[in-house]
Amino acid sequence: MAKRSAPEVNAGSMADIAFLLLIFFLVTTTIESDTGMNRKLPPKLPPDIQAPRIKEKNLFTIVVNKNNELLVEEQPMELKDLREATIAFLDNGGAKKGNDNNTKFCAYCKGVRNPESSDNPDKAVVSLQNSRETNYAAYIAITNEVLAAYKFLRDREANRLYNMTYSDIVKQYKDSPEDSPEKEAWKTKRDEVKGLFPEKFSEAESKDS
Amino acid sequence: MSKFNKGGKKELPAISTASLPDIVFMLLFFFMVATVMRQGTLQVENKLPYADQVEKLENRNLTKYIFAGKPGDGYKKFGTEAKVQLNDKMISNIKEVQTFVQQERANTPQTEVGKLLFALKVDVNTNMGLIGDVKEQLREVNQLKINYATLNGDATKNIK
Repeated sequence: MAKRSAPEVNAGSMADIAFLLLIFFLVTTTIESDTGMNRKLPPKLPPDIQAPRIKEKNLFTIVVNKNNELLVEEQPMELKDLREATIAFLDNGGAKKGNDNNTKFCAYCKGVRNPESSDNPDKAVVSLQNSRETNYAAYIAITNEVLAAYKFLRDREANRLYNMTYSDIVKQYKDSPEDSPEKEAWKTKRDEVKGLFPEKFSEAESKDS
Repeated sequence: MSKFNKGGKKELPAISTASLPDIVFMLLFFFMVATVMRQGTLQVENKLPYADQVEKLENRNLTKYIFAGKPGDGYKKFGTEAKVQLNDKMISNIKEVQTFVQQERANTPQTEVGKLLFALKVDVNTNMGLIGDVKEQLREVNQLKINYATLNGDATKNIK
């Protein structure tokens, strides 16, 4: 028997099939935006435990009303100035050298060292109070500015100590393999920088006004 | 000049479509890789605010979403007040957030429960009162890891 060549398969409809699949996927899927700001809520305290007292000077109060207007330390403020103000507060380092065996003194702070403002970054607490009618977008913008202030200061310290930004350290930590000595080393670095400016940012329950 | 038009008028050759399937397949694979399946129907308006201090969500499987906003088109019968949507339905009682968290915890392997993250996808035109209530409910059940889903952009765009 003579060998016959196999007949050629008509591939003309291949494009149609592929288009069909393509359109199906276009309709049923979405490109998800999966970015966001990670926050940690304060744990619920039993009612018999008193909240610790914080000295007025160590507290940076941001109040935002229902018209999305800011009141920072009892002074009205524009959103664009908030980052600077928060940095100034956190970086103040008002505790005097020599007092209390230098435990409160902040050697790395570059602020104006105003004794009326925060003692050191470890003591400094940022408190954000909002009204029930505050707009969510405004709230996010304020949170964003406060987090940006922390990031700026951490970046500065990371640069001073390790000549790289804080986010680079975090990235290196995440990228290094599990249970390796490098991961531990990056973790130590991360925690060190984090410890210099610990994030003490409280979101109080909203107040009616 | 006759060099170039020999043989007088000639029919234009048909454009070959042999590579069309390849091109379409390429597009298809791109979309298959870059997108995810839609999860349920969004019943509330959901325009996210902008922020630039954002982190990428690490683990998809351990991220659960809580939507909030005004009822969207076709769901106006639920009123004009902002509502919370969990899974596929809008809730009327804020306490259901607790049930939702417990449910998601039960559906997660025991060892991973501590890593659960609840992402709040909230519309820009929502009042903080509702979000405060949701946060309060999350605190009730000790679910403290949350995330405010935002678009990456300049935060000052939020306040007009």
